[in-house]
Amino acid sequence: MDPITLLTVVVLAVFVGFEVVSKVSSTLHTPLMSGANAIHGIILIGAITVAGQTLNLWLLTVALIAVVLATANLVGGFVVTDRMLKMFAPRKPAGADTKDATK
Amino acid sequence: MSLLSPEWTSILYLIAAVCFILALKGLSSPKTARRGNLIGAAGALLAVITVFLSARLDNIPAILIAIAVGSAIAAPISRRVEMTQMPQLVALFNGVGGGAAALVAVLELGNSEGPWVKVAVVFTMLVGAVSFSGSAVTVGKLQGLISSRPLIFPGLAVVMGAIVLAALVAGGFVVATGATGWAIALLLLGLLVGALLVLPVGGADVPIVISLLNAFTGLAVAASGIVLGNLLLVVAGTLVGASGTILTRAMASAMGRGVSGILFGAFKGGSTAGSTAQSDRPVRSSNPEDVAVLLNYAQRVVIVPGYGLAVAQGQHTIAELATTLEARGVEVVFAIHPVAGRMPGHMNVLLAEANVPYESLKEMAEVNPEFKNTDVALVVGANDVVNPAAKTSPGSPIYGMPILDVGEARQVVFLKRSMRPGFAGIENELLFDPKTTLLFGDAKDSLTKMLSAVNAL
Repeated sequence: MDPITLLTVVVLAVFVGFEVVSKVSSTLHTPLMSGANAIHGIILIGAITVAGQTLNLWLLTVALIAVVLATANLVGGFVVTDRMLKMFAPRKPAGADTKDATK
Repeated sequence: MSLLSPEWTSILYLIAAVCFILALKGLSSPKTARRGNLIGAAGALLAVITVFLSARLDNIPAILIAIAVGSAIAAPISRRVEMTQMPQLVALFNGVGGGAAALVAVLELGNSEGPWVKVAVVFTMLVGAVSFSGSAVTVGKLQGLISSRPLIFPGLAVVMGAIVLAALVAGGFVVATGATGWAIALLLLGLLVGALLVLPVGGADVPIVISLLNAFTGLAVAASGIVLGNLLLVVAGTLVGASGTILTRAMASAMGRGVSGILFGAFKGGSTAGSTAQSDRPVRSSNPEDVAVLLNYAQRVVIVPGYGLAVAQGQHTIAELATTLEARGVEVVFAIHPVAGRMPGHMNVLLAEANVPYESLKEMAEVNPEFKNTDVALVVGANDVVNPAAKTSPGSPIYGMPILDVGEARQVVFLKRSMRPGFAGIENELLFDPKTTLLFGDAKDSLTKMLSAVNAL
């Protein structure tokens, strides 16, 4: 990849990253951290790429471990964030019963 | 086999990257947060489908099985874990993400060409390993497997410096020779650095470290994107690295700490370990019935919930108590310290789970001037966040942390399990104040008794 293009992308992404979270209230710090945590689980596509390019059994094993770990990060991250945020949703009094039922 | 042209692949990755930006944006506001998270998940799904369609991959059945295994492990844990244990879970997922990035980098070492790509490989391995072991230590601390007290020993700074230096040397050899042996040495040194970085951090600061390690993993993922020539990984990783850094600083300032002070404070000698001594000074303890009377005839009650409430699963009972008191004309508000619970915003999540209306939750800056006009401050399972030592004793490990001024209320009632000091391990002067009453016992149990006593009045 052309290093200058790469640098451009990185610098712009840094500014976007700073900007999108600059005005978040402390109430949402935990879900935001958890959501950002889920997003870096996208390393999964790197793990898949590596696992798909090797024919060596040992390397494949290590790559598959990486796939399992990355999937746990990605799937678990989004699920737990959603669970936290579900509680912030405006709800009717009846909502309390359904929640207790799922426990 | 490859169904997508490189152009289409890039466009789909671009869409996924936009989804991630929208996800972070959405997560910054309560109204759009949940939708934001779903957009992020959709972007991730799109990216994973794209990677299967864009390149000729071997071992597809094995990869699919590995994905199924990862999902089968993570999804049920995420659904079932108690909300009180959520910080550990976030740390755990962060750690395995960092570990995955480090492994990807090791495997790509043989294919990487050019010194800069090799530097990116080294960076990914080192930072990924630091994030993995650092997160493992935070999980241990939060779960109580390791003492939450700062773990320090003489010469720690020297040991740390030597290991970091060794890691840099190993990294240099990896770049120069590309030898697997050096790569493994680098990984092991990275693991050591991560553990030594987090072990000296005191319990109360652990959430900030989780956020910092989250940003680290983001950077490792971005570097792995450079290694693999994948722009989506570069963009997503950089986004998380940047937003994670901002978030870490916001959390630290909510606690009145500097990030470097938290990480390196222990290295500078001056121990942040609190005193463990339990004093035998007399305190005034009471029973649930008396506290119920006190609350019932108050004009204004401020409830300060803390981690003890969450542990006792008393959030539903306290919500009911608040409703009952309000029905009798008592003004009840919840004062939420920014770091109540184990993480910033953690207590809001727990109380929202118990159906406490969003408007009753007051942030610290809003509620602190109102304590003067408060009849009773009811502190349930909180300690460090109301400890006046943060203002009065410069030697205290929590000195400088903003606190809730419950001492200004006319009466203070503490619901506590025992006289044991809080998470930071320091004693609270306020407990011995003449206007303070203590009610010992499990928070939920005490609240239930108080609730029935109020109902009987």
